[in-house]
Amino acid sequence: MGTKGNAKTANATAAKPMEAQANAHLTTPTRLTGAEILWATLAGEGVREVFGYPGGAILPAYDALRKFPIHHVLVRHEQGAAHMADGYARASGGVGVAIATSGPGATNLVTGIATAMLDSIPMVCITGNVSSKVLGTDAFQEVDITGITLPVTKHNFLVSRAEDLAHALRQAFQIAKSGRPGPVLVDITKDAQQATAIFDFEAAKPKPYRPHPMLSVEDAGLAQAAELIRNAKRPVILAGHGVMESGAMEQIRTLAERAQIPVALTLLGLGGFPASHPLNMGMMGMHGEAWVNDAIQEADLLIACGMRFDDRVTGTLATYATKAKKIHIEVDPAEVNKNVKVDVALVGDLREVLEQLLPRIAGRDGSAWLKTIEASKGEVAVRDIKNLPDSGHLYAAHVMHDLWRMTGGDAIVVTDVGQHQMWEAQYFHHEKPRTLITSGGLGTMGYALPAAIGAKFACPHKEVWVVAGDGGFQMTAAELATIVQEKIKINIAIINNGYLGMVRQWQEFFYESNYEATPLVSPDFVKLADAHGIPGRAVRTRSEVEAAVTEARSAPGPFLLNFMVEKEDSVYPMIPAGSALHEMIRRPGKDPLEERSDDI
Amino acid sequence: MLHTFVAYVEDLPGVLTRVASLFRRLNININSLTVGRSERPGLSRLTLVCEASAEAGHRIRASLFKLENVVDVDDIAQSPSVTRELALIKVAASPRNRSQIFDLVEVFRARIVDLTSESLMIEMTGVESKIEGLIEVLREDDGRILEICRSGKMTMRRGHHVSSVLKAMGSVVAVAEAAEATEEAGQESVADLPE
Repeated sequence: MGTKGNAKTANATAAKPMEAQANAHLTTPTRLTGAEILWATLAGEGVREVFGYPGGAILPAYDALRKFPIHHVLVRHEQGAAHMADGYARASGGVGVAIATSGPGATNLVTGIATAMLDSIPMVCITGNVSSKVLGTDAFQEVDITGITLPVTKHNFLVSRAEDLAHALRQAFQIAKSGRPGPVLVDITKDAQQATAIFDFEAAKPKPYRPHPMLSVEDAGLAQAAELIRNAKRPVILAGHGVMESGAMEQIRTLAERAQIPVALTLLGLGGFPASHPLNMGMMGMHGEAWVNDAIQEADLLIACGMRFDDRVTGTLATYATKAKKIHIEVDPAEVNKNVKVDVALVGDLREVLEQLLPRIAGRDGSAWLKTIEASKGEVAVRDIKNLPDSGHLYAAHVMHDLWRMTGGDAIVVTDVGQHQMWEAQYFHHEKPRTLITSGGLGTMGYALPAAIGAKFACPHKEVWVVAGDGGFQMTAAELATIVQEKIKINIAIINNGYLGMVRQWQEFFYESNYEATPLVSPDFVKLADAHGIPGRAVRTRSEVEAAVTEARSAPGPFLLNFMVEKEDSVYPMIPAGSALHEMIRRPGKDPLEERSDDI
Repeated sequence: MLHTFVAYVEDLPGVLTRVASLFRRLNININSLTVGRSERPGLSRLTLVCEASAEAGHRIRASLFKLENVVDVDDIAQSPSVTRELALIKVAASPRNRSQIFDLVEVFRARIVDLTSESLMIEMTGVESKIEGLIEVLREDDGRILEICRSGKMTMRRGHHVSSVLKAMGSVVAVAEAAEATEEAGQESVADLPE
C-alpha cells in the first residue's frame, strides 16, 4: 500500500527550507500578507494537509500556498472537502481543515459542516469572500456564509482585516477542539488576504479556554452515583462518542470490569469499548440486537457516558427504560435532561469524571444479571444470517462479516448512510477507537468516499475501506478522481442492491411496499472505476467474497468491489420510529427471502 | 412560564443574531429584548424575556453559554429583582383638552416630554402593569393614542449579587484598567517592530 511514497519524499526534500521559513515566521514577528498569515498560522497549529477547491475570492491565499509546508488536496466538489476534513479529524483525533472560495464554494461546504456539527467533530473551514468594500452588495459570488452557517457551526468569524486573521484562526482551532468539539468557519475577505500586517504567532494566542460555566461534578453527585451503582441489580453502561472524544476508553473498561456491568454502545460509540470484550453487548437502538435493547428496558440503572439519548437510541421517550434510575456523565450541560430526565447528572469531561468516580466503585457480583442477558440471546445467534448455510444468495451481512474476518478488524471502515451502514455496525466488530467513521447525527449520504480520503491522509499506514450503498456512492463518486490524483490506496466496497435500500425498507414496512422513487439505476461501477484508472471487480456470490477482498487488499493502489447483494433484504432487528425499544421487528426465522415468499 | 434571562455579551457585530438565532432554532418567541452598554467595557448587557416550559430554562441558559460571544447568563426566574420598562406615548391633544391628560400623567407619575398644539408625548417608566394601566386609560378615548414606543423589560437582581463568572473577571475598575493597559502596550509593540 502507500503509493503516496513518491509524493511524500518529494515533499520532504522540498519541505526543509520551507519549514525553516515557516518556523521563522512563528518565532519572529514579521510583516506578511493576510494570505501568508493564513498558511503560517495553519502551519503553526500543526496543519500538514488541507482539503479544498480554489476560486476567485480565495486566490490570494492559493497564490501564497507554495511558500508553506502544507499539502493541498484538490477535491472535486467542496462538500467532499468538508467531509475529508471531517474524516481526517475522526481518524486522527486532531482538527481537519477545509478551504473553499466564496459563494457556491462556501455553500457547497454547508452539508459537510452540518455533518460535523451533529457529530461534534473538530474542524476548521476557511472560505474566501469578496472584498470588504463590497460586502453586502450582492457582488459576484458573494454569499453571507457566516449567516448561513451560524446554526451549524460551533462558532464562525468574518475577518476583513489582515491584522485580525491570526487571532481569529488560532481562536477557531481552540474552539473547534475544546469542550464538546465542533466545526468553526473563518470567512476571509479578499482584501484581508491581500493586505499586510505584522504576524506574531505567539501574540495571536487565544485567551485560555474557558470551560462551560455550568459544568458541575459535585461530591454529592459522585457519592450518589457510586451508591446507585453499588445497589443496582440490573445496571447497563451506555457508551457513546464522548468516550473517544474524551479518551476515556480505559476508564470505561475499568468501570465495566470492576463492577461487572454490561456495556451497550451507540453507533458513534463503536470502537470505544472492544467488541470482543465479554461485557460488550453491542450496539443499542433502532438496529441494535434485541437482547441489548431488552436489557436496557429491563435495567434498573443506566450509566450514560458521553452520549445524548438520541431518538435513534431511545425510541419513544415515554416508554424508554422506565424501570431504570439514570446517571448521565456528559460534557455539554445543554444535553442534560434534554430528552431523558436523569437522576444524577455529572456534567464534565467524561474521563475526568470517571477518574473521580472510580475510586468510589468497589468490586461487585454482576453474574446473575449477566446470565439473564446471556439467556435472553436465546436462539438469536442461530437465526443470524451469517450462520445460515450458503444458499447461493449474497447478503450484505456476509460481505461485512467476511470483511471483518479478513482484515482482522484492524482496518478503518468509513461508511455511507443507510442499510449497509447498519450492517457494518452489526457485522464488523470494532476493537479499537477511531476505526469506524460514519455520519451518525446528520445521516449524510455521500459521506463515505470523501471522508475515507481524509482518514487515509490522517492514517497513511492504515488499511482504509469505504463501505457505501449504490445510492450514496453516486452522490460524491467524483472524488474517485481525487484518490487517483493523490495516489492513495483506498479500498471501496459498494453494497449494490439497486435500491435506496433503507428507504425501500421503510416503504416495505410502513408504506405497504409502495416503492416510490427508490429503485435505482446505476452505472457499472467497475467500469466507472476503470475510467478513473482504478481496477475493480463485481462480486455476485458468497463464495467469491474472500478472493475478491484479498485481491483488493493486495492491489498496490485503490480497488473497487461492486457487491451485487440481494435486492430486497432488510436490516433486522428494527424498532419502528416512534415505537418502544421492546417493540422491535425481529429477524425472520430463516432465509429472509424464503420467509417473504411464505408470507405472501 | 415566563423566563427572564440577563446576559453579558461581547459588543461585536452579529452577536445579537447569534442570541436571537438560538431562540429561533428552539422555536421560542422572544417577548421582549433590551440591549445596551454595561458597566464593563466591551460588554453589552441584555435582558431577554420569553415564554417557555419550566424545564426549558436550564437548557436555554446552557445553550446561551455555548455561544462564544456570551460571557455570562443569569436566569432571574423567581429571584427578587427589579424590572422596569420605558414607554414613550404620543397622544393627540389640543390646548382645550390637554389639562385632562396632565392630570392623568400626574396620577401615573409619568412626565410630559414634548408638547405641540396638536399632540404631546408622555414618558413613563415602571413595571409592565403600570404602563398597561396608563395605555388602557388613554385608549378610553378613541383615536387619542398616535404612537407607542416601549423599550421592553430591563431586569436587575436586588441586593449585592455578582455571578461567579463576573467575579472571576475581576472588579469593574480592574477590568477597565487592564483593557486600557493592553491597548497601550499593543500599540507600542507594533510600533517597535521592524517592517
